[in-house]
Amino acid sequence: MSSVLYDNPGPRAKRRNVLYTVGFLAVLAVLAWWVLSALADKGQLDADKWSPFVTDVRVWTTYLLPGLVETLKAAALSILIALPLGALLGIGRLSDHRWVRVPVGTVVEFFRAIPVLLLMMFASAVYAQFTPVSSDFRPLYAVVTGLVLYNASVIAEVVRAGVLSLPRGQGDAAVALGMRKGQTMLYVLLPQAVTVMLPALVSQLVVIVKDTALGGALLGFPELLSQNRQITANYGANTIATFTVIALIFIAVNFALTTLAGWLERRLRQGRKTAGVTESAVTKTGEAPAEAVSGA
Amino acid sequence: MFDFLDSGQYDLLGAFWVTAQLALYSAIGSLIWGTALAAMRVSPVPLMRSFGTAYVNFVRNTPLTVVIVACSLVLDQTLGVTLGGSDFKEIGFRLAILGLVAYTGTFVCEALRSGINTVPPGQAEAARALGLSFFQVLTLVVLPQAFRAAVTPLANVLIALTKNTTVAAAISAAEAAFLMKEMIENEAQALFTVFAIFAFGFIVLTLPTGLALGWAAKRLAVKR
Repeated sequence: MSSVLYDNPGPRAKRRNVLYTVGFLAVLAVLAWWVLSALADKGQLDADKWSPFVTDVRVWTTYLLPGLVETLKAAALSILIALPLGALLGIGRLSDHRWVRVPVGTVVEFFRAIPVLLLMMFASAVYAQFTPVSSDFRPLYAVVTGLVLYNASVIAEVVRAGVLSLPRGQGDAAVALGMRKGQTMLYVLLPQAVTVMLPALVSQLVVIVKDTALGGALLGFPELLSQNRQITANYGANTIATFTVIALIFIAVNFALTTLAGWLERRLRQGRKTAGVTESAVTKTGEAPAEAVSGA
Repeated sequence: MFDFLDSGQYDLLGAFWVTAQLALYSAIGSLIWGTALAAMRVSPVPLMRSFGTAYVNFVRNTPLTVVIVACSLVLDQTLGVTLGGSDFKEIGFRLAILGLVAYTGTFVCEALRSGINTVPPGQAEAARALGLSFFQVLTLVVLPQAFRAAVTPLANVLIALTKNTTVAAAISAAEAAFLMKEMIENEAQALFTVFAIFAFGFIVLTLPTGLALGWAAKRLAVKR
């Protein structure tokens, strides 16, 4: 589409593009110079602030890798619990019975409207007051609880959209074969919906990984971000270097997940002709499709 | 049950007012920054395109918490950037807006690009045939239609932004989540009431936005 917006550049347009490139490069260079000189002023570019990440293996084994493990542990636990719960809620919202559909819908909408951070703080306080969970594990419990409550409701919506995107004939055919409602859902609709919604689910994993950092900043969960305090305390106030490395690790993990989601989507689109799965409901009303939810 | 609210110790409305301000200023800022990013990503200048793509891919994959905490620890405490704020709450507020704009801009950019994709190629081709330049094609023909098509994804971004303002509690901006943390610690016996109040507050903030923009999306969508 983007190439439709402008003609193939002729001689004049080429010259103009070169001019724009040089101008933009100048702006970027000024910005970079301004940032670097500010960093140099505060001594943040000194080699000894950056070298521990390359020379000292203990930065990785004591702080960064254990932090990453905590992050991934919380993310994995959350998705493993949220998936079945979300599927149940999603199916519940599609129920023929009003007394199931309405309460489930209320629960889903409630947890989707509330910031994850509030859920985490509330869960942490509840665990502290009413359960014997030791304070060592409380942050992990609180983070996972908050993430499960929020993401189960998001997954419920993904499941619902996936099932609704299937052609009516699939459900009708299953009913015509004499299947019960549960069988129709379990053997006919859900397996097809899962393939449609797989990319959206992997994208949701990115949101979960990112949200674990909330627990590190506010609940004392020892995940990747929270390691910055110890590293900067032990390696001479190398705040910039530490944040750069931590951010890059997060970006690498999430970029891998995003790439996986994109690859799955392409695979599924190719396989669709033969697998008998139809394309997801594309809006034809001139509205852009709603993208994956942008979490914290 | 609600007596701790009457004590005047907690400024509930004030905290939600800060949340609303954070959301409003960040929304305006990220709309501008996101539009600029989207324009870069579809521009004929390769360097701008690659800068836009790189920025979006890097920032979108960084947790917002990292962005906001970095704003405080890196910009304020290491480099001394305070954005003209005087006390730490004000500095936190301003830096939080900066972080939210930098982060949310990427999602606005992607929403707008999906909006641009719904504009039929014939529109841009006709505009080019009239002799309009890239900038004119974009601002006069494509973007107005793209915005109308992108109301729904933009509304989702706005709602996510409103909820994301709570992350500013990590750098002591005096918004709702920060007050809730304080109240949970001091009023442990009224834990459920406190949670219900703040949950209600956020539902009040997000639900009407969703409904109003959902209505607007139907009204504004270009009928094709």
